[in-house]
Amino acid sequence: MREVAIAGVGMTKFGVSEITQVEMFAEAAMDAIAASNIKPEAIQAVYVGNADGNVEEGQAVMAPMCASEIGLKGLPATSFQAACSSGTLAIINAFVWVSLGLYDVVLAGGTERQRTMSTPLATRVMGFGVHAKYETPTGLSFPGIFAMMAHLYARKYNLPLSELKEAMARVSFKAHKWGSINPKAQFFGKEVTMEKIYASDMVASPLQVYDCCPISDGGAAVVVASMDVARKLTDKPVQIIGVGQGSSGAVCSQKDITRIPARELSSQRAYKMAGLKPSDIDVCELHDCFTIAEIVASEGLGFFKPGDGYKAVMRGDTDMGGKIPINMSGGIKAKGHPVGATGAAQVYEIVNQLRGECGARQVEGVKVGMTDTMGGSFASIAHIIMRRGW
Amino acid sequence: MKYVLTADKYADALRGGKFLGLKCHQCGGYTVPPQKVCSGCRSEDMEVVELSRNGEVRSFTVIYTPAEGFQPPYIVGLIELEEGPWVTANIIEYAPEKATMEELMGRKGRIDYQEVPADMFSGGPRIALAFKVAD
Repeated sequence: MREVAIAGVGMTKFGVSEITQVEMFAEAAMDAIAASNIKPEAIQAVYVGNADGNVEEGQAVMAPMCASEIGLKGLPATSFQAACSSGTLAIINAFVWVSLGLYDVVLAGGTERQRTMSTPLATRVMGFGVHAKYETPTGLSFPGIFAMMAHLYARKYNLPLSELKEAMARVSFKAHKWGSINPKAQFFGKEVTMEKIYASDMVASPLQVYDCCPISDGGAAVVVASMDVARKLTDKPVQIIGVGQGSSGAVCSQKDITRIPARELSSQRAYKMAGLKPSDIDVCELHDCFTIAEIVASEGLGFFKPGDGYKAVMRGDTDMGGKIPINMSGGIKAKGHPVGATGAAQVYEIVNQLRGECGARQVEGVKVGMTDTMGGSFASIAHIIMRRGW
Repeated sequence: MKYVLTADKYADALRGGKFLGLKCHQCGGYTVPPQKVCSGCRSEDMEVVELSRNGEVRSFTVIYTPAEGFQPPYIVGLIELEEGPWVTANIIEYAPEKATMEELMGRKGRIDYQEVPADMFSGGPRIALAFKVAD
């Protein structure tokens, strides 16, 4: 296997888009191509994550449309659909093809335009990510899954729900604190107080509005190249040193969802490939679609012991200056969650953190960063570990 | 090997008054809802059996922001069956305002089902498991 790096990255501002998902991807892709100091004709394949373009805009064959949009027709162009982890799978597959030496340069990323849908329709469509026969008919929503996770967590670790809710509110507050100063974030420039978090409407008990990510539009893209090629393009190639992927079926088939085997297997695969352990990670963008999701993921990735994640939040271990700063982009919660683009936007943030280009959100001395992306009923979970390649 | 207990057969059995699952001849474990191989040991050597319907609430949520086609508030729960598997079910005939961890978690009851109207994505009629908490 060859060494593989990311040469350049691009993303649109997340939020409400006035342009289509093909146009959003094109905007992010051309920015990534320009940032990579590469000519578009050097690209040999295009991989695009997209979850629900069929319903959002009546658009299938997303990757071919995106490739053609930026003048790359004729290339192999493949769409990846794994709900919220679609974009990460696109990047992992670019990594695999380049590492095998079959391509030197691949454009990968994702796009999504959820705001064409009403909230009830978006909730129905996001619900495609659980078992269509055995779970969807109960009206189980995504907030509902994580709400049940929160109740299980409180019971399992024998803590009052109010104590867990405080830690969850802190996760939200942290996300908005950093998201408010990220110009790409949906909640950029918006102050969110603890009072506002606690006063927000109930969505699925015990989750309130500010425990939940927003419904979003956005696109993000990265140029994946062999390290040899990347070094010629940029002084700061970001090397992909470990990737992992795992899967699950229906939510109920996983029983106690405070531990997600797919995440533990996937992250261990990535750590093994990278030759690293959780304590080697300096900064992490993980899948905080709901506040409890961040707490559970921080345990599943091995940063904290099971049952210690909520305490870690209260100690400040996951904030700037803590043991493992998590979601300094504002995370999915405050940056926004255009699901197909989310994984690529996480990589965008880690690349910029490794390059020291995050301004007031910059974590000091970052050498290794990691992304964690979860799609559907924990159906698809994937990880990417990156380090400075210079 | 032919698929033993399909989603449609499972739903039709519930409509006919039977809650069916699969019992593995190799490991003795139960697989519910049904799938092609045993959820415990991957064996295909399973027989269709009628289940006790007894279960216990392991977790729940009251949904206030519904998916299209559903009227809030309604309760969804994770139910551990007496036979071992967990299923996703609506908790019915229970006032949402009374649905707290203290009141609901660990409560025993019985599995039933509800018809759920088809929609443009469902590929035909569908049912949802329903759980009635014992008094």
